[in-house]
Amino acid sequence: MNCPETQRLLHAYLDAELDMADTLEIERHLETCTACLETYNDYQAIRTAIKANSLYFQTPETLQKRVRSSIRKANQTTFISRVTSWPGISIAAALIIGVSLALLLAHSIFTPPQDTYLQQAILDGHVRSLMANHLVDVPSSNQHTVKPWFNGKLDFSPPVVDLTSQGFPLVGGRLDYLDNKEVAVIVYKRREHVINLFIWPTTQSASDEMDTTLQGYHMIRWTKAGMTYWAVSDLNQDELRTFIRLVQNSS
Amino acid sequence: MQERNQRLRFEQLILQHLDAAYNLARWLTHNDQDAQDMVQEACLRAFRFFPGFRGGDSRIWLLTIVRNTCYTWLQQRRLDELTTPFDEEIHDIESDTLNPEMLHLRRIDQQKIREGIESLPVEFREVIVLRELEELSYKDISIIIHVPLGTVMSRLARARKQLQRYLADQMNEEGIQ
Repeated sequence: MNCPETQRLLHAYLDAELDMADTLEIERHLETCTACLETYNDYQAIRTAIKANSLYFQTPETLQKRVRSSIRKANQTTFISRVTSWPGISIAAALIIGVSLALLLAHSIFTPPQDTYLQQAILDGHVRSLMANHLVDVPSSNQHTVKPWFNGKLDFSPPVVDLTSQGFPLVGGRLDYLDNKEVAVIVYKRREHVINLFIWPTTQSASDEMDTTLQGYHMIRWTKAGMTYWAVSDLNQDELRTFIRLVQNSS
Repeated sequence: MQERNQRLRFEQLILQHLDAAYNLARWLTHNDQDAQDMVQEACLRAFRFFPGFRGGDSRIWLLTIVRNTCYTWLQQRRLDELTTPFDEEIHDIESDTLNPEMLHLRRIDQQKIREGIESLPVEFREVIVLRELEELSYKDISIIIHVPLGTVMSRLARARKQLQRYLADQMNEEGIQ
């Protein structure tokens, strides 16, 4: 191994991330090359100094209690607390709304405002699938692998269509959890954009197609053949609409 | 009640990593108050996402959420470090042996090394914290910061180099050789 190669792998060597072969080669080089050895020693000195100098911050004692109590409050998902999360609503107004809504509910005229909460939950599901490196449970571009994967995991069978030739390759599928139920998510890609297609059996009567944008993400909802679909992506609206038409026409 | 069990399970599985969460948030936000706010917000988000947690490393899972919460906060505050686009490919890792300014560090004091890390751009600071303080593998780091494995390695190399330069400059100023 020569000096440039050693320099390139030196940090991985410091972090014990190299395989046996490379490790031995670097050690051999360091035995004979004083320049590289001095570089190694300097970086090792920095690492030792970082560890030795109590740079790991101590958690303030009150933080545990504070976090626990905020979790406890969040756990109390009462109707009032959902309403008060709408921007600009005061507690008093929320109570008035709450009582009126309760009366209306009793007459089954009013549809509870689940939609805003649900939309946010779906968006959160999309965003966290991207960030936590958990995009798919079953990675496969083959619809005949993805669709049967859901058997036994859900009490319904989500339609999975192949749109590769139209430029929307299938990435795979995963289970997600929304609104207290398990839902299917079929994941597609359009260039670098991920499209999450959430599917579950519809609990309400068929609703119109709805198109919305939340925090920069485009979301389209529709119902068909007893299933509710939500397509979410940072892909532009036109292409996302193209995508949903293809899905609607294929299933 | 199922909700209570969920909460207890969450507290048991996730809140054990509160120290790691606070340390990361503290290094990313530079101060205690904001770090506490970030940890609280991240834990609330983690709690909402918890039904979807499929097992695996709960520390990595929580730290990913903490890191992203902090980044959103940093972006909202429009701090310089994030508005200047971070250029991954500025130049190849220079060979240290060809660098005549390379000073050999004899004594590194705590204040200097802390300042050195704080002065790093956030993309460098986080890999140093996750590698040296949290002792995570390259693989785990790549999950948390959402970059390929090779990028973790090159970022660490550049972060350490920048740290080395900072410490060498400090020593120069003090006239220590």
